[in-house]
Amino acid sequence: MTAVTLHRRYRLPADNLTVAGVAVLAVLVAVAILAPLVAPHDPLAIDFSAALSGPSSDHLLGADQSGRDVLSRLIFGARAGLLGPLLVVTLSTVAGTLLGVLAAWCGGVVDAVLSRGMDFVFAFPALLLAITLVAMFGPGLSAPVVAMSIAYTPYVGRLARGVAMREMSRPYIHAYRVQGWSGWTICLRHLVPNVLPLIFAQSAINFGYALMDLAALSFLGFGTQPPVPDWGAMINEGASALLQGAMLPALAPGAAVVITVVAFSTVGEGIADRVARRQR
Amino acid sequence: MGGPLLDIEELSVRLPPGQAARPILDAVSLRVSQGEAVGLVGESGSGKSVTCRAVLGLLPERTSVGGRIVVGGQDVLAKPAAWLREFRRRRVAMIFQDPRASVNPVRRVGDFVTEGLRAGGTPYKQALARAEELLEAVGIDDPRSALRRHPHEFSGGMLQRVMIAGALAAEPDLLLADEPTTALDVTTQAEVIAILSHLRTARGMGMLFVTHDLELAAAICDRIYVMYAGRIVEAQATGGLFTRPRHPYTAGLLAATPRLESDQPPHGVAGRPLSLAEAPDGCAFAARCHLAEDRCREHRPALEVLGHAHVACLRAEEPVHD
Amino acid sequence: MTENVLEVEGLRKSFGGRPAVDGVSISLRPGGSLAVVGESGSGKTTTARMLVGLEAPDAGRISVQGRDRSRKPRGRAARLSRAREIQMVFQDPYLSLDPRITVAECVEEPLRLHFGLSRQERRARRDELLDLVGLGEREAAVLPRRLSGGQRQRVAIARALATEPKVLILDEATSALDVSIQAQILDLLARIRRELDIAYVFITHDLALVRHAASDSVVLYRGKVVESGPTAQVLSAPEHPYTRLLLHSVPRPGWNPAQIAADRRALQEIM
Repeated sequence: MTAVTLHRRYRLPADNLTVAGVAVLAVLVAVAILAPLVAPHDPLAIDFSAALSGPSSDHLLGADQSGRDVLSRLIFGARAGLLGPLLVVTLSTVAGTLLGVLAAWCGGVVDAVLSRGMDFVFAFPALLLAITLVAMFGPGLSAPVVAMSIAYTPYVGRLARGVAMREMSRPYIHAYRVQGWSGWTICLRHLVPNVLPLIFAQSAINFGYALMDLAALSFLGFGTQPPVPDWGAMINEGASALLQGAMLPALAPGAAVVITVVAFSTVGEGIADRVARRQR
Repeated sequence: MGGPLLDIEELSVRLPPGQAARPILDAVSLRVSQGEAVGLVGESGSGKSVTCRAVLGLLPERTSVGGRIVVGGQDVLAKPAAWLREFRRRRVAMIFQDPRASVNPVRRVGDFVTEGLRAGGTPYKQALARAEELLEAVGIDDPRSALRRHPHEFSGGMLQRVMIAGALAAEPDLLLADEPTTALDVTTQAEVIAILSHLRTARGMGMLFVTHDLELAAAICDRIYVMYAGRIVEAQATGGLFTRPRHPYTAGLLAATPRLESDQPPHGVAGRPLSLAEAPDGCAFAARCHLAEDRCREHRPALEVLGHAHVACLRAEEPVHD
Repeated sequence: MTENVLEVEGLRKSFGGRPAVDGVSISLRPGGSLAVVGESGSGKTTTARMLVGLEAPDAGRISVQGRDRSRKPRGRAARLSRAREIQMVFQDPYLSLDPRITVAECVEEPLRLHFGLSRQERRARRDELLDLVGLGEREAAVLPRRLSGGQRQRVAIARALATEPKVLILDEATSALDVSIQAQILDLLARIRRELDIAYVFITHDLALVRHAASDSVVLYRGKVVESGPTAQVLSAPEHPYTRLLLHSVPRPGWNPAQIAADRRALQEIM
């Protein structure tokens, strides 16, 4: 009623933040796609004469120990940095929504089995799972992506189940039953589309976390392998440069990770807010 | 009856500037005297709840407020937050629509009922004894053990009684009741109202009773204000309001309410209730009014005295009403 | 004797061992109107859900137009034929329409499921239904959130009428609406009943409304029918103490809440 309207109207200014988040992400995606055009140098080109040089007109963010241009590596790193989480989020969203909605819709034994299964995966440390898979299948992008997709599925699944349960208790779902539609039609045509917006909000937030986890794996040497530029690996390589007084090789990719994660979280929250506002 | 306990003068409320800026209340004036029960009746969007909340200073931040709210000679709107807190604790109590949403679920009922007293300096033991009396007064069996129970162990009706006990604990002069029985079953509503009326009369409290239900307001209030689209459109003693409503909206509401004792089937009012932000120039009710003329759409009627009533209608004095 | 369109005998349903509906029997003439009155916990909503097949009774018989409808429908044919006999309008107009589906689509969906109409025929029928409930093209094109509560409830009524049911269950269908709107919807429902000769079951807690909406009434208390008969008789000469309590609880000018405590005691003595 009135009080709710007051509250809802009151939150509007948050939209500006969302817009800023979307803008940051748009720039990031553009940079990743146009990397060869935007990057000033070849990210793999080694120039020992420039090693650990600070910012200059030639190397805007300086160069690393091997004299590779930090800015160019950052720009090319955005490709792996965004592609990995994109795969993780896509896979986990599809699997999580499927499992969550299935658990809610079927209820009973199916729900019990799926929910306990998700709890089990939930309890298993994601990084440990990833390291195990890397040990089995070797390093690279695929093993960490598969591991993270599995690890993120229960997050999405639990949310999907909760939202689906709430929607199912709403009379519009009952109305379709009374109209004579089959359960599957109602589920696919009316339940799932009403569950998805909130899932997308969560997935946007997950994107940031997945990016962070994948960067951590690269940092530990389990992810994208050198010399391919990757933010996590760059932080690792830059760490030793820190001791030699060069901050940028480690700091720049660190900042890129933080900015991207914050942008995704902001956008996710923004979507969630918008969905909440549209509920009534 | 004494002087005015609550005196709202020309209260206007507008939500904070920015995208959502919109007026909610326009020049609302109302009075509650000592020991008087006053009804504030309206449909959704009328602004009745906002009016009630404004008395306790419960409005969103940065809301612009005009006019005065005087309680016992003090202008509430001019006071700092610390004064308001003290004021809410001692002078004015409020009961909300949903008792479950307005009580902390993890704290015991005893804590809830005594918190106002203890904050006011009453020793714990004494406060507890007082709480027990209050729970007994609102008809809760075995009040001593009730004090140790949690809100979820009570039904909605019983919990609303607890809320009433909590509201009465500090012996306020003024009770604000915002749809206190809307969430309850009919028979429970009747019992809660019976207790509320009895205690209010016994203690000589003034009450502002906000509701959408004219019949309920009529059952317990001495006078009734009717709101539409953020404005008061009619104010009258209850008897007069029912026998001779002066505003077409009041008449429409009365005709729309299904009655047990009447053979007249309820008659709807065309259109839907508006909020102040949606209201056009002129009389806000004009679009739904079967008596509206061109001038009604152009001029906004002011609230004027007519016999024993206050009415905001350009055609109030014409015989068409009867 | 004309056959009743709805006949319910000894309906029972428990949840977790607690009986929610305990031996309810009701009957409804074709084109008739029956009020099922009760408070929360009376079993009125569970009864409604069993009537439309959302819940399966533990025991008892439901027959609609002489056909047994005691079980949840199984299979497409059973679902469809049941849906063409009985429909329901829900209490909360804000939650009973899919927020993503336009009003026009919402009314067309059941037409598509139930009748082999061409596109034009379907649209014409949809407009006819919307017109019946007082909605025009402008409302047809929008999503439910653009509509007021009263308008949404009109959409819900049009949608329920789309399958051309013989019985319409109205589960507190007007209680979430503003008073002035509630009366509009009651007017509309009365007109539709006259025009379409459809039978209504009003599920409600509001005795004052019952007086004007239904010719017969059944009062439910803790899952049991405690009083039934013509509405006028139930209201003027109630036999059961619970009916008296309900009656005296309806607020009105000159109301005496003290009477209610006495009624409550009388009820406790016999239950």
